[in-house]
Amino acid sequence: MSEGLYSMEAKDFDKTLDLTKIKPYGDTMNDGKTQMSFTLPVPAGAEADEAAKQLMKKMGFENPLVVYSKELTEGFTFFNCYGSCTHTVNYSDIYVPKVESDKMDMHETDDYIRENIGRKIVIVGASTGTDAHTVGIDAIMNMKGYAGHYGLERYDMIEAYNLGSQVPNEEFIAKGLELHADALLVSQTVTQKDVHIKNMTEFIEMMEAEGLREKMIVCCGGPRISHELAKELGFDAGFGMNTYADDVASFIVQEMVKRGMK
Amino acid sequence: MQKSKVGLDFEKVARARTAAKKIADQVQDFVNGYTTVAVERTICRLLGIDNVDENEVPLPNVVVDELKSKGLLGQGVMYFMGNAIIETGKNPQEIAEAISTGKLDITQLPTHSIEEIKSALDPFIQASVEKVRSNRLRRENYIATIGEGNKPYLYIIVATGNIYEDVVQAQAGARQGADIIAVIRTTGQSLLDYVPYGATTEGFGGTFATQENFRIMRKALDEVGEEVGRYIRLCNYCSGLCMPEIAAMGALEGLDVMLNDALYGILFRDINMQRTLIDQYFSRIINGFAGVIINTGEDNYLTTADAYEEAHTVLASDFINEQLAFAAGLPSEQQGLGHAFEMDPSLENGFLYELAQAQMLREIFPDAPLKYMPPTKFMTGNIFRGHIQDALFNIIGQWTHQGLQLLGMPTEAIHTPFMSDRYLSIENAKYIFNNMKDIGEEVEFKEGGIIKKRAAEVLDKATNLLEKMESEGLFSALEKGIFGDVKRPRNGGKGLDGVTLKGEHYFNPFIDLMKGKK
Repeated sequence: MSEGLYSMEAKDFDKTLDLTKIKPYGDTMNDGKTQMSFTLPVPAGAEADEAAKQLMKKMGFENPLVVYSKELTEGFTFFNCYGSCTHTVNYSDIYVPKVESDKMDMHETDDYIRENIGRKIVIVGASTGTDAHTVGIDAIMNMKGYAGHYGLERYDMIEAYNLGSQVPNEEFIAKGLELHADALLVSQTVTQKDVHIKNMTEFIEMMEAEGLREKMIVCCGGPRISHELAKELGFDAGFGMNTYADDVASFIVQEMVKRGMK
Repeated sequence: MQKSKVGLDFEKVARARTAAKKIADQVQDFVNGYTTVAVERTICRLLGIDNVDENEVPLPNVVVDELKSKGLLGQGVMYFMGNAIIETGKNPQEIAEAISTGKLDITQLPTHSIEEIKSALDPFIQASVEKVRSNRLRRENYIATIGEGNKPYLYIIVATGNIYEDVVQAQAGARQGADIIAVIRTTGQSLLDYVPYGATTEGFGGTFATQENFRIMRKALDEVGEEVGRYIRLCNYCSGLCMPEIAAMGALEGLDVMLNDALYGILFRDINMQRTLIDQYFSRIINGFAGVIINTGEDNYLTTADAYEEAHTVLASDFINEQLAFAAGLPSEQQGLGHAFEMDPSLENGFLYELAQAQMLREIFPDAPLKYMPPTKFMTGNIFRGHIQDALFNIIGQWTHQGLQLLGMPTEAIHTPFMSDRYLSIENAKYIFNNMKDIGEEVEFKEGGIIKKRAAEVLDKATNLLEKMESEGLFSALEKGIFGDVKRPRNGGKGLDGVTLKGEHYFNPFIDLMKGKK
């Protein structure tokens, strides 16, 4: 692996940044350097290393380098690898749908509700379907919040109800009606075999069947949820990694005003 | 007097323990008067009833639902089953099959005396007690002959959803150095009021706990254990609505470790507190007799409550769980009381507080194989930093002699572990355990320093909390949200309709035969 430390490979590529053709950056613009690790279902050895290199070439890497390989158990070998990516993407052409609302902190949101809605709003959240994880919904709703962002329960102008985990969609919607919810929050942590997609689709279908879809704001969230996915499934917004209670609250109150919900 | 490295006041420890005992005694007084559908299904299983009917309903459910629908559950399965054995000359399995096909109504048979009934049941009872005992001896014999890993035992999870794929992952983990393989259950199984049947290949976030799956994994671990020259323990989840049934299935199939904590189910699965505390009592009796190490779930409190502020609630709950285990005859050596390394990594001196708490727990429960949980709440997707957080956690595990080290995975919060994730985590732990082997014996803590002060503070708060709870009891503490910041009503949650007062004919001989026995 010593050849990896002092690379003798050619450095005659164009080193100017072109946003229409970006590729990974190691220590020189456009060097394409990428680190990878994966496991192949073969025993360790020269043939295994060669297989890893050939695979990287097929993935579009030049100068593939296996820096470490180790047989994890009979017939399975783990690799740490480097390579120079040959592909590029056009960054200047990219469009990603995002939640379009101004982010306000707790006090600003409370003031905004007082001025523009004039009453406390009701938000009901749950981790629905078979999902037993409350981490996500707790981070958004619990008084304490998460990472310094207070949860919805702490907002003066929000009545927040956290129904916990494994709440069936039917029960969740019924509870939302009973509490006169302005917004429903669906949290999904487990995404294995796309169980979250089925569950969230069912939720939206039930909301539509009950004629409630337009009467409430519906949001979803979780580590594998994007706004784009949420919109595709029929939600008003989706909140993924690194979003907090203030993101959710800001969106809901502005959306309510936009729709004239009083 | 025991010498404390963190300067613990053992008189205060004794006070906390006394208060916890009173709290546990109140729970036990309640528990003694009741049975549940799960307890009765467990008795069915211990009498040898297995398999499912044509609608995939497990026969233990068929039998128990039959009694429940007739309002006779409080008399217990034993009474009717024993009577039916005398009347029909069939064994319990045949009787269950006859009930499921509607050919037999065991509540309408002529009745015999309790003495006759007990002696008719005796051969079936003795057979399952002997089966469980032989599994225990089998484990002890393995450990005596091929040996076992050093503590902290390296504990890893497999969670593919497919028991046959789990076998591949588990054997790979054992070859890499794991001592305990936990087969994570499929999402939602804790809320099923029956145990699925047979080998399963579909699950979400885990694999169904079934008796056949237990058997398949037990065999695989015995094979790999003989290969690597180390007994490999098998862990599953004896919590939720089928708590004692899974204890019985585990005891019959030679499982070694079981998550077994009513408080966890109440707080994090919204299971009714009365139901699950009654279920827990019988499940712990079985686990105690089977030589199974139980794990309690206090570590989870710190995923919903603040790990620095609420550390004393973990200790208080460990004290209560210890006493509830004693009440079921489960000895200290099998009490894997839970706690966790879960403070916000940005907290200044957080490592010192974690170290103080882990050492404190170690000294307060000197004989318990403490279950130490890795950081999960602050795993961010930055696998490189996560790997370092897990390393700090491993340092404390070795330093303070934890019993079961649940290995953190760098990819926590991303996916269930890849084979390579387990390898990296085991390598991390083995490196640290070896490289820092005797650090706990070499380093002493400064008088009046951060570590000793922290231990004293947490013990203080836990003792105060327990003494406050002594008068109002555990049920009321749970209603107030003392643990994990989660509030649960006494009559709320799942499973309360499966609870019933014991009737005049009720008896359960397994309690006397198993409780506190070997």
